[in-house]
Amino acid sequence: MIRADNIIKSFGEQQVLKGINFTFESSKTNLIIGKSGAGKTVLLKLLVGLFEPTGGNVWYDDKSLFSLSKNELLTLRMQVGMLFQGNALFDSMTVEENIRFPMDMFTKKSKKEKKDRVDYCLEQVSLEGSNNKYPSEVSGGMQKRVGIARAIVLKPKYLFADEPNSGLDPKTAITIDELLSNITNDNNITTIINTHDMNSVMEIGENICLLHEGRLAWQGTKDQVLNETNEILQDFIFASPFLKKLTDSARSHGDKL
Amino acid sequence: MYYKETVRQMYDIGIGSLMIIFVVNVFIGAVTAVQFVYQLSGTFIPKYYIGYIVRDMTIIELAATFSSIILAGKVGSNIASEIGGMRQKEHIDAMEIMGVNTSSYLVMPKLIAVLLVIPLLVSIAAIFSIAGGYFAVIYSGSYSHEEFVQGLRSFFKPWNVCMMYIKALVFGYILTSIAAYQGYFVTGGSIELGQASTRAVVYGIIVILIADYLLAVLLI
Repeated sequence: MIRADNIIKSFGEQQVLKGINFTFESSKTNLIIGKSGAGKTVLLKLLVGLFEPTGGNVWYDDKSLFSLSKNELLTLRMQVGMLFQGNALFDSMTVEENIRFPMDMFTKKSKKEKKDRVDYCLEQVSLEGSNNKYPSEVSGGMQKRVGIARAIVLKPKYLFADEPNSGLDPKTAITIDELLSNITNDNNITTIINTHDMNSVMEIGENICLLHEGRLAWQGTKDQVLNETNEILQDFIFASPFLKKLTDSARSHGDKL
Repeated sequence: MYYKETVRQMYDIGIGSLMIIFVVNVFIGAVTAVQFVYQLSGTFIPKYYIGYIVRDMTIIELAATFSSIILAGKVGSNIASEIGGMRQKEHIDAMEIMGVNTSSYLVMPKLIAVLLVIPLLVSIAAIFSIAGGYFAVIYSGSYSHEEFVQGLRSFFKPWNVCMMYIKALVFGYILTSIAAYQGYFVTGGSIELGQASTRAVVYGIIVILIADYLLAVLLI
């Protein structure tokens, strides 16, 4: 479980997060949603410790992230995997080297063990045989999957993903969502995904937090989303006129959403 | 990982800079020689002094300082852009989340590579500079091979060579650390990255010249 405890974050005069309280539940796919500029990425980077909060705290179970000793922080880091919006794959390394990188840095496994683990992770993301390709030689969707493989290579307890569907076509986006959801369920990982993709919200959102102008505007599950009366949530969900028409049409026919 | 990265950097910095070091130093040596041929003509200074002057100018000052200024431009901008690009593409964030000490992982291999390679590059620079001076003097027709070589062999102080290597190491440290700092703390987009790269070169050259003066005062 990860808990944001009254998180405040300012950059100079601008207060981006204004007291966020939210619990990201264990072994679930937690989503942070909201419009661009709502503070989603800042919150995600605070949760992984890339930013320090101006006020408040982040708790990993009963441990405060910002009070950990150097060794405790390193131990925690090894339990965290992250998929970045731009993938953050190292251009000068092959797919295999990218995935192996965390193992090279922190484990004393033999070459064979590392190779087996890389192959297993590649199999998990359906990229068998791509070991020797460079990131520039594979598509955007494949790069995302390589990023996921690298994020799970050390068998993390916590998985973070910053807008994993950005720049992907809808079909590939669904594949990535399914992949993240399956990895979460199969490995009992606490996953936190930052997204504004409505499809992700409806398909994999087990625990959702909606940010609006730096504040927590709503929290709930995917099953509650369409029937909520919260104006900010409605405004966010039905930003797409197509979905609005579809939902209105279903309601007018008496269908349950 | 560190070893592999250091070797890659040594190759990039060393082999990648050979051509520019060769071209610049051959001409610097040649110009130095031609200028002194002009200055010495019609004086009572022995002709063989030209070899001595070119050698000491090269070893004491030109090889280390000029090569480092060139490397501040070529390698310094490269280091700032590479690290700055990694910052912007979230590579550094990715490493930090993995628990990697990024300043050590990214900067140390470059620093070690430069400190290992720069004495070699400066040695090569000195050889080419003296060779450039030799050919310029011989082809001017007013000096003989024997006169130039006699000058090269006269008044030699081994300490001057030590001074050249001390300068090379200090300048190498300066150009790498300034460039790495500029790249590591870059914020914003491509314009800011370009500015950081330019700052790496400009600040690098200025600090090298200041250090050159201080070393001259301290070491001579």
